[in-house]
Amino acid sequence: MSALPVAPPAATVVDARDLRRTYEVRRGFFGRPASVKALSGVSFSLRAGETLAVVGESGSGKSTLSRLVTLIEPPTAGALLIEGRDVSAAGPAERRQLRRDVQIVFQNPYGSLNPRQTIAATLEEPLIVNTGMPKAERREAVRAAMARVGLRPEFAARYPHMFSGGQRQRIAIARALMLRPKILVLDEPVAALDVSIRAQVLNLLADLQDEFGLAYLFVSHDLGVVEHIADRIMVIYLGHAVEIGTREAIFGAPQHPYTRALLSATPSADPTRRKERIVLKGEPPSPIDPPSGCVFHPRCPLAFDRCRVDAPPLEAKRGRDVACWAVEA
Amino acid sequence: MSLLDIRNLRVRFATRGGTFTAVDGVDLSVDPREIVAVVGESGSGKSVAMLAVMGLLPWTATVEADVLSFDGTDLRALSKAARRRIVGRDIAMIFQEPMTSLNPCFTVGFQIREMLRAHTGLDRAARQRRAVELLAKVGIPEPERRLKSYPHQMSGGMSQRVMIAMAISCDPKLLIADEPTTALDVTIQAQILDLLKALQRDTGMGLVLITHDMGVVAEVADRVLVQYAGRPVETNTAQALFADRHHPYTEALLAALPERSTARRLPAIPGVVPGQFDRPPACVFEPRCAFAFRQCREAAPTPAAPELGRALCHIPLVGGVPTPVRAEAHRPRDGVPA
Repeated sequence: MSALPVAPPAATVVDARDLRRTYEVRRGFFGRPASVKALSGVSFSLRAGETLAVVGESGSGKSTLSRLVTLIEPPTAGALLIEGRDVSAAGPAERRQLRRDVQIVFQNPYGSLNPRQTIAATLEEPLIVNTGMPKAERREAVRAAMARVGLRPEFAARYPHMFSGGQRQRIAIARALMLRPKILVLDEPVAALDVSIRAQVLNLLADLQDEFGLAYLFVSHDLGVVEHIADRIMVIYLGHAVEIGTREAIFGAPQHPYTRALLSATPSADPTRRKERIVLKGEPPSPIDPPSGCVFHPRCPLAFDRCRVDAPPLEAKRGRDVACWAVEA
Repeated sequence: MSLLDIRNLRVRFATRGGTFTAVDGVDLSVDPREIVAVVGESGSGKSVAMLAVMGLLPWTATVEADVLSFDGTDLRALSKAARRRIVGRDIAMIFQEPMTSLNPCFTVGFQIREMLRAHTGLDRAARQRRAVELLAKVGIPEPERRLKSYPHQMSGGMSQRVMIAMAISCDPKLLIADEPTTALDVTIQAQILDLLKALQRDTGMGLVLITHDMGVVAEVADRVLVQYAGRPVETNTAQALFADRHHPYTEALLAALPERSTARRLPAIPGVVPGQFDRPPACVFEPRCAFAFRQCREAAPTPAAPELGRALCHIPLVGGVPTPVRAEAHRPRDGVPA
């Protein structure tokens, strides 16, 4: 599987500019339609061989973001460039090609595999749909992919219910790699796994990235996992990117009060590292009716008058991009 | 005297494939004002052991124990009716999925008042007052209005607060929390853990926290019991456990945490937790253990001394190295690295 040319290390494979996505919802049968701002202006770039972690809580828009990047949904506004090609300007044939380059692994390996398909059929399907590969070659590709993710060849004829969660996630990863994508969106890939199995899957992901030069968009709420795997981190809150920076910047000296609260709320399996805890009051507001000014201000311990009126822009401060009036340059 | 005292608890299930021993030889004691964490992965039997205490297992389960007493009462000797009077009032339990633990057809106020009607002699008005007071105590704003809400109108964190309110409504002496924060976001998890700690401190109840998250253990527990494949593999104070692990499983589990690793590859534990049909005959951890040797495949280990965390291991670790304590102990063969 290593015969394919790998993109040069610095090539930008995803370039997202001010991505927005709103959904129209009806509140009750007679209710007036309202718009949910799931994502309100997120920009980032992702290079080959790099892992960008997207960190946020429920309702932050991180799953919406992964749906946009995998071209499951178009953005309402903003530009998405994959390998330099604008997705919205692409014709059907080009879109099909772009879709092959971006694959996704979902959180729940119990729901993401077809229970009525054998493992071999699951892995072969993307090749049947997208390539004109002859049968013998497809079989060989399936065999190679299974070996690569650590599944024994005799598993090929089995069905998903015969596998544990960790093995199913290996199958889902193998399926995502069948078309040799350049970008893998990993939507909470280890959240449903036990600790000992989680480490095995994270190791597999690290090996695959080294081997194929894959770019990972790693969506997670688990900061322990993110600190281990990510090169850069984007923290999002209620559809807004509040801080983007390298792992060293974010974990070493977080600047945005939300990032700081998130880090301090994460329990550490080391009683000697116990730190001061910033417990946020309340819960994230509804994206139907987001707060004025900075969306974080109702829960922010540092909020002052300006935060209630003006939304802070994402600016380069202290070696990372951060959207907060209280952070000094 | 301990509040809850369990010695040599065994739970067996009659299944189509034969008898399955889900919990095998678990000892646990919980004192008032103590937080004990029961830690393990899926299939370790941690939830089953606590459901056995509550008497909530299905009829296919056989529960046996040398001692199973709560607050001086032998739970094994109680009739079903007598046990139901204790369960819910003196021992309460909260579960992982707050959204599915509440009945979607009734308001949360109805569900809290129902609990009070079953276990207390309060009249209607007093029950309402108590329900308001309970919601305020668990930090729900506008409690009177919230009592009229249905579960689907609340967030996960809010629902878990309601579950906690119901659990503490009869001032239990012991609260069993089964993965209470697993389904919640980190900032909400921090709020719920702080709430549980504060309630435990104020009321002096004992708290058993079932979890798979070593971070949560380090944050709240006084004592820890680690289970693997139904067996208690190590038990110690939280402080001692995080300072030094004596069972290879506990050591490997902590080493496999991404946050404790500095290398790109994590020291993963090979293989998977054994299931019903492939439990190893002697030591249950032997096939995955980096230190296993011949004796581990032939004889089941006995618990080590208390200062070695009662590790269920032939040669418990000290400072990460197998250290024989008995004169006749074998030397380990070269371990197979993970």
